[in-house]
Amino acid sequence: MVDFEVVSLPASDHPTVGETAPDFTRPLVNEEYWEDASLSSLVADGPTLLVFHPMDGAFPTTYIWKEIDERGFVADVQVVGVSISSPYEHKDLLKERAADARLFSDPTAEVAAAYDVEHDLDGMAGVTEHRPAVFLLDEERTIQYAWVAEEWPEFPAYDEIAAAIDDHV
Amino acid sequence: MSDSGPHITLYRLQACPFCERVVRVLDELDLPYHSRFVEPMHADRNVVKRVSGKRSVPAIVDENTGVKMSESANIVEYLTKTYGEGGVA
Repeated sequence: MVDFEVVSLPASDHPTVGETAPDFTRPLVNEEYWEDASLSSLVADGPTLLVFHPMDGAFPTTYIWKEIDERGFVADVQVVGVSISSPYEHKDLLKERAADARLFSDPTAEVAAAYDVEHDLDGMAGVTEHRPAVFLLDEERTIQYAWVAEEWPEFPAYDEIAAAIDDHV
Repeated sequence: MSDSGPHITLYRLQACPFCERVVRVLDELDLPYHSRFVEPMHADRNVVKRVSGKRSVPAIVDENTGVKMSESANIVEYLTKTYGEGGVA
């Protein structure tokens, strides 16, 4: 694609297929309001695609949601995003895209730490966000598919995600 | 989301003093509640209008009694009468 080396991200010790995704509670934003919610309570309602992404407004975030919207994953699974952005920024994102998805707000990136998908941003002092990562979870939070970015930027393997949803849901 | 947990839901706006007034009374009465935060823009608060008939906050929904109301003074009076000392619930 480009004739130079893209920045590699450090190796991630993220949870993998067959493991239980770490639970967490954060404000969960929908188109109308936000409310503290746990991943476990949400996942109990059905298979869930958990999508970690850079802060709202960054172009990878826009690309990721555009593609997820176009592929219509939300018809088959609950689609839930996580970024460091505030609920107010998430509301704006939901007005533009991420149709019928819900977004967790994790400003301290502690959830990123729990999943080992932290990304300390060069040139933005003190800002740690989530590297792009996608986990397909069943109702028990068991991971059925996992993808974590290894380069910056790198985009989810959408065909693989679609295949994983076909296989497991 | 889940049927367990608090039966009172409070619709609130961050830093709204009238909402904090209701929170103080809920805490004094030791009542657990869900906090649902809505937008500063009145026009974007359809969820509040749907549950309470008005777009103003605070508004509460009490699944225990079926009560839905707005206006902090009314809510405080309702909570105190219902759940305070000698209350009916």
